[in-house]
Amino acid sequence: MSNFKYIIGSFADPDELMDGIDKLQANNVSIYDCFTPMPIHGIEAKLGVKPSRLPIAAFCFGLLGGTLGFSLLYYTMFYDWPMNIGGKPALPLPDFVPVTFECTILITALGMVATFFYRNHLFPGRAPRVMDLRATDDRFILAVDANDNTDHAKIETLLKEAGAVEVKYNERKYVSYE
Amino acid sequence: MSSHNESILREPLVTGKDITYAKVTDDILLPVENKPNKAWWIGFILAALGALLWVFSVGYTFWTGIGAWGLNKTVGWAWDITDFVWWVGIGHAGTLISAVLLLFRQNWRNSINRSAEAMTIFAVICAATYVVAHMGRPWLAYWIFPLPNQFGSLWVNFNSPLVWDAFAISTYFTVSLVFWYCGLLPDIASVRDRAAGLKRRIYSIMSFGWNGSVKTWQRFEIVSLILAGISTPLVLSVHTIVSMDFATSVIPGWHTTIFPPYFVAGAIFSGFAMVQTLLLVMRKVLNFENYITMFHIESMNKIIMVTGSIVGIAYLTELFIAWYSGSEYEMYAFANRIAGPYWWAYWTMMTCNVISPQLFWFKKIRTSIPISWVLSIVVNIGMWFERFVIIVTSLHRDYLPSSWAMFYPTWTDVGIFVGSIGLFFTLFLLFLRFLPGIAIAEVKLLLKSASLQQKTKLIKEGHLDKEQVEFFRNSLTKYDSVTADEIKELEIK
Repeated sequence: MSNFKYIIGSFADPDELMDGIDKLQANNVSIYDCFTPMPIHGIEAKLGVKPSRLPIAAFCFGLLGGTLGFSLLYYTMFYDWPMNIGGKPALPLPDFVPVTFECTILITALGMVATFFYRNHLFPGRAPRVMDLRATDDRFILAVDANDNTDHAKIETLLKEAGAVEVKYNERKYVSYE
Repeated sequence: MSSHNESILREPLVTGKDITYAKVTDDILLPVENKPNKAWWIGFILAALGALLWVFSVGYTFWTGIGAWGLNKTVGWAWDITDFVWWVGIGHAGTLISAVLLLFRQNWRNSINRSAEAMTIFAVICAATYVVAHMGRPWLAYWIFPLPNQFGSLWVNFNSPLVWDAFAISTYFTVSLVFWYCGLLPDIASVRDRAAGLKRRIYSIMSFGWNGSVKTWQRFEIVSLILAGISTPLVLSVHTIVSMDFATSVIPGWHTTIFPPYFVAGAIFSGFAMVQTLLLVMRKVLNFENYITMFHIESMNKIIMVTGSIVGIAYLTELFIAWYSGSEYEMYAFANRIAGPYWWAYWTMMTCNVISPQLFWFKKIRTSIPISWVLSIVVNIGMWFERFVIIVTSLHRDYLPSSWAMFYPTWTDVGIFVGSIGLFFTLFLLFLRFLPGIAIAEVKLLLKSASLQQKTKLIKEGHLDKEQVEFFRNSLTKYDSVTADEIKELEIK
């Protein structure tokens, strides 16, 4: 048993990467993940990645923001200290629209992005977990777990057949760790 | 991707030969990975001097109070609010390009959104400083926010558009910053993975550990789409609320219901003009001609023309309504604008904003880089005068003729304005030096569909209608990044 952990198929073209995914899947090789310099449309469906639930989170944050914004206005203008401003009503709903709206947008944006960062473990200073340093430049990386899939020679042939420019055997999971 | 090709009738968004994914990264990161050239240093030194002037003028204002400005009892708002509205307006194009054009699937936004968003953020920073400075006691600026306080917890008046404005501008700034930074993450990761040593560590921290996995990209795209969806009404609300600062008052010339759409159109107009001013220089100095092509320039000119026409119609509507209202004060306010002591400001505004964008009906002008550049500056001069006309000419004739006055700017007024332009350019040049000026990942998306190289390949393969290829070849003639020989090669014999 060799001591490498991941087989990395490095493609120069996104279509060839997709081809590689098809070929491996047809041969019952499970794919660990793909790392690409740009979003590839349709790859989630191929890899069976579920649709993101971030829109639901965004909607909930929107509701929260709207409620908080309106509550602030209601509390300050009507409940805590109603003021007589030119004899106008203390609860002028049309005047509350702009601030409620801005609060909704603000909380939606911040909440959704915070959720995105939290779920993907993105934060300042996090060590980048990169399997190939060219994955953010010009290579489309397909990673296969070497322990789960034992027929390494076959995987290499399949990747090469699909058009992989290079097949690497990584001893460490992430090459970016120093 | 390979399963369907983009129509040959669509003009290419990326030109140049042998454009590979690696070349896109190399080209765009060139200014980030190398020492800046002479043009950058000259620009930076000039801009930094301007920023110093800004620091000095704002410092002087804070030290002596707003008596340092040319304001008087009648004209209580002048250059400060003019400059504020001008900068906020300019700050609208970035979000418009990144959000509205994303929702409309206008792929040409991909190569201009990054710098336009950066410009938005810097313009809003410039604008925000006027808000703080014009308060007179900037150390009490937090009074605009509803914080519990010792005056029996006397809250702010939420009926006031000035309070709405504080919420709108701070929300707009925050959301734009978040949108911009999220989009930057993959590109910062590109810089990180090519750098070494300390630079790598810094970009590593800034990249938040981005790795480009399938799930990351999937969520990234959802986040971009939803941010675009919520930024679109946001961007419209911001200038609507700015216009309400005026429209809800009872000053003749301000008290009009047309203000919100008219201000929003004006904001887009001046914002695109500023993007044009910056990009035309940027593409030349940083050699981005293959990514910011003539198609982009022409499209932006078309938007400038459309929004300029909307602004023109708004001016005429305003005049008509002033007459139609039968209100003596309203009619006087407009007669005074046209022929009063500030007639020159009114006619500068009319010429720059209404007449000059109409020149873009001519394709020759629309696709000429020097003329586009000059006109983009003319538009921004005009938009500055628009705000000046609205603010100063409406105020300087008070209800009592004994209060009538003129406004004369002091050196502090001029210093803050010129200085804020310096501050803006300082920030923008630093951005170009340290961060990718074009969204690398998004341009890579276009390579296999909308690039000239891909279309050339399609033509070479044959199977295309000859007439369509001719149309495509004709559309290429305006591109300054495509040579006549290259166009000739595409001919089907």
